Amino acid sequence: MFGRLTLDAFKHEASQNFAVLMMVLTGMAVFGLLFYLKRWKWLWSEWLTTTDPKRIGVMYIIVVLLMFMKGFADAIMMRLQQALSVGESHGFISASHFQEVFSAHGTTMIFFVGMGFIFGLLNLIIPLQIGARDVAFPFLNALAFWLFTAAAMLMMISLAVGKFSTAGWLAYPPLSGVEYSPDEGVDYWIWILQIAGLGTTISGVNFLVTILKMRCPGMTLMKMPIFVWSALCSMILVIFAFPILTATLFMLTLDRYLDMHFFTSGGGGNPMMYVNLIWAWGHPEVYILILPGFGILSEIVPTFSEKRLFGYVSMVWALLLITFYSFIVWVHHFFTMGAGPGVNSFFAIMTMLIAIPTGVKIFNWLFTKFRGRVHFTSPMLWFFAFLLNFTIGGMTGILLSAPPVDFQVHNSLFLVAHFHGMVIGGLLFSLFAGFTYWFPKFTGFFLDERLNRYAFWCWLTGFLLAFMPLYMLGFMGATRRLDHYEASTGWHPLFVLVAIGAGIILCGATIQVLGLFWSIKNRKKNWDHTGGDPWNGRTLEWSISSPPPIYNFAIIPTVNELDPLWAIKRGEAPPPIMDYEDIHIPKNTPVGMYIGGFSLIFGFAMVWHIYWLAIIGFIGIIICVIFQLSGNDEHDLMTAAQVQEIEEARMPSHLKRGEFI
Amino acid sequence: MNDSMMVYHTRDKYADTSMPDPEQDTFSKTVLGFWLYLLTDCLLFATLFATYAVMHHETFGGPGSRELFSLPIAFSETMLLLLSSVTCGLAVLSAVRNENKKIILWLIVTFFLGASFIATELTEFSDLIREGHGWDKSAFLSSFFTLVGTHGLHVTIGLFWMCVMIAQISIKGVTVPTFRRLVVFSLFWHFLDLVWIFIFTFVYLMGVI
Repeated sequence: MFGRLTLDAFKHEASQNFAVLMMVLTGMAVFGLLFYLKRWKWLWSEWLTTTDPKRIGVMYIIVVLLMFMKGFADAIMMRLQQALSVGESHGFISASHFQEVFSAHGTTMIFFVGMGFIFGLLNLIIPLQIGARDVAFPFLNALAFWLFTAAAMLMMISLAVGKFSTAGWLAYPPLSGVEYSPDEGVDYWIWILQIAGLGTTISGVNFLVTILKMRCPGMTLMKMPIFVWSALCSMILVIFAFPILTATLFMLTLDRYLDMHFFTSGGGGNPMMYVNLIWAWGHPEVYILILPGFGILSEIVPTFSEKRLFGYVSMVWALLLITFYSFIVWVHHFFTMGAGPGVNSFFAIMTMLIAIPTGVKIFNWLFTKFRGRVHFTSPMLWFFAFLLNFTIGGMTGILLSAPPVDFQVHNSLFLVAHFHGMVIGGLLFSLFAGFTYWFPKFTGFFLDERLNRYAFWCWLTGFLLAFMPLYMLGFMGATRRLDHYEASTGWHPLFVLVAIGAGIILCGATIQVLGLFWSIKNRKKNWDHTGGDPWNGRTLEWSISSPPPIYNFAIIPTVNELDPLWAIKRGEAPPPIMDYEDIHIPKNTPVGMYIGGFSLIFGFAMVWHIYWLAIIGFIGIIICVIFQLSGNDEHDLMTAAQVQEIEEARMPSHLKRGEFI
Repeated sequence: MNDSMMVYHTRDKYADTSMPDPEQDTFSKTVLGFWLYLLTDCLLFATLFATYAVMHHETFGGPGSRELFSLPIAFSETMLLLLSSVTCGLAVLSAVRNENKKIILWLIVTFFLGASFIATELTEFSDLIREGHGWDKSAFLSSFFTLVGTHGLHVTIGLFWMCVMIAQISIKGVTVPTFRRLVVFSLFWHFLDLVWIFIFTFVYLMGVI
């Protein structure tokens, strides 16, 4: 009846029980609050069924925040364990639970925090920057969000019901095969990634079509803001890379469920085939994450330097080159496979070549600031921290790209320090910069600047303390994923330092979360009195009111230059003529959420081999899809008079026609 | 000239405009989006092809492709699928001429050709399994069943989709949305044909010769 699901699945260690308890209590508190405030109808019609990319973007970021807390708790547990578990002491988590924790940490941070944050920002910013009213496929956009959320929920369920994978965030076989991981952990990992990956692929198609087809008149490819370019390149990578992940996970699934022999040790299978395939996806994946980060900084640096971006064309070519190179470097993740000097040399040289376009970007940002009027706002602080850490991480990456060096530090903490330098110092810092920069656009008020700065300094010092010693530990021979080591290794003081660093980061993250609520509570004080353009912005999103109306642009703008809003402000381009028109707005639909729900049921049932439930989930998905594919193209119509009324009430006065100059 | 033809013939006119007029623009966006989806599917198959290329000598002591595959069966499957592509194209042409009955007729013919393809494939699979050459026997057979089976799964999804299209067209006739869906479906069906040509060439022809 319940497949492999028994009561044993609900028995956990103390730390995990506590997490589950907190999760259930928080969930109940939210439910209770919604009933108490009678907000269910509002939640349903304004948020859950929405197809408005701005709302979907906000929901992405809420899910990301929750998942970030989970991934961060994992990180703190690991650091605490490594600081305590030396010599006689064995810390507070068992070895097998420690394996679950590091597998969950990587999976959560990459798939739910990194990817979720990127897609949240894309939803919020892309339509506004290209002068569009919507994305190309509003329903698919909602569907992608709900698949992402379903996968995130399955991830949380894995905490409460049964075990998560113990095979690391990429689940190399044969360890992840059914012979060595017979329990449900790897199955959780597989189905979480399949559901999230499907959502990502759909989003990739959606945003690529949006950028290619829906730019406002006059915005040629070479007049797009760099953030849009970075999104375009990132989505091209999604489209090329994610099908490889889908196919690879599919084969691993067949190995596990149907006794096939793709990656098994016996039967002619080849585990290294998996490692090749997963990195053929995995390497582009890291660029899927970091390219939009580059894009964010390319928006922030010129705005806060009051100068146009230095070397726009070289920036675009750098993005395109990185996009191309990212597909021909995957072997550098496993030089130790022993593919031979010829193959390793090729991949080493290709890897080193990526440093060139990346260096171009760094210098372009520096030259943009040169002789500019630099404002040291918190987004710029994040940029400086990015510059420092990304350069250190990049240089150690070049070190790692040399096979002889790589053989020495492969799978050591040196590697861990390197890629955390890229994903925290590079990606996360740029995401924080973007979050702070665009926050007033979508809320109408600023994040509290003083708290932002406190959080920033905590993050920066904490990060340096938590990760610089890892380079040393790596050289001293400490491998990654250690839950215990001997005192004679001499690593203990450094591990304690690292744990202190993690604690300081925790302070920073706490200040950020509290700061978010503080800013919402004191929004009157932090109000953006310009009504829509607090930073003297250059691009189209700052030409409309904050928060933007549902249709974004009452008048679709026409663009003739790179920084269209600056051109209008300087009187080099005419302001838009306010000639209002009827606007079509896609209808709300709950179908995306239903498909997400059925996917969750399907995924959970497959993990536990409850096949009748899996069939129900699958049929549910099919019925929803058929229903959606049989509708007529229906839109709500907003009349020109209604648009005019909204615009005249909301449009900030200095942005109205004729008052630009 | 009916609505669908208008869309069909004027799509170039609307292809480059960025004005978000939902009626006209949806066609070009959907078709581009679907091509991109086909690209992702192409890469999925590419991964499976690559795996087959690596694995197809790993027979683990069992018989290889030369002993197991039969060219006449594979050839008849190819013919069935090629013919179904022709009839699918005829269905779209009937839609451009707004001949509802003919669309449904050609779709039904396409459906039966596709169903016969699936039936042939299932027979081939079950024969292999009955003779003791199931997917769990060797890496070669795993990759063979997965590659060919994934294509078969796509054709099966296409058959279900065709039923939905037949129902939609018999109820609603050719409207802007149903015409768009028919065009997109035909893209899918032709794409499956193309993938099969690769399977026929690389798996069957090169496996037997």
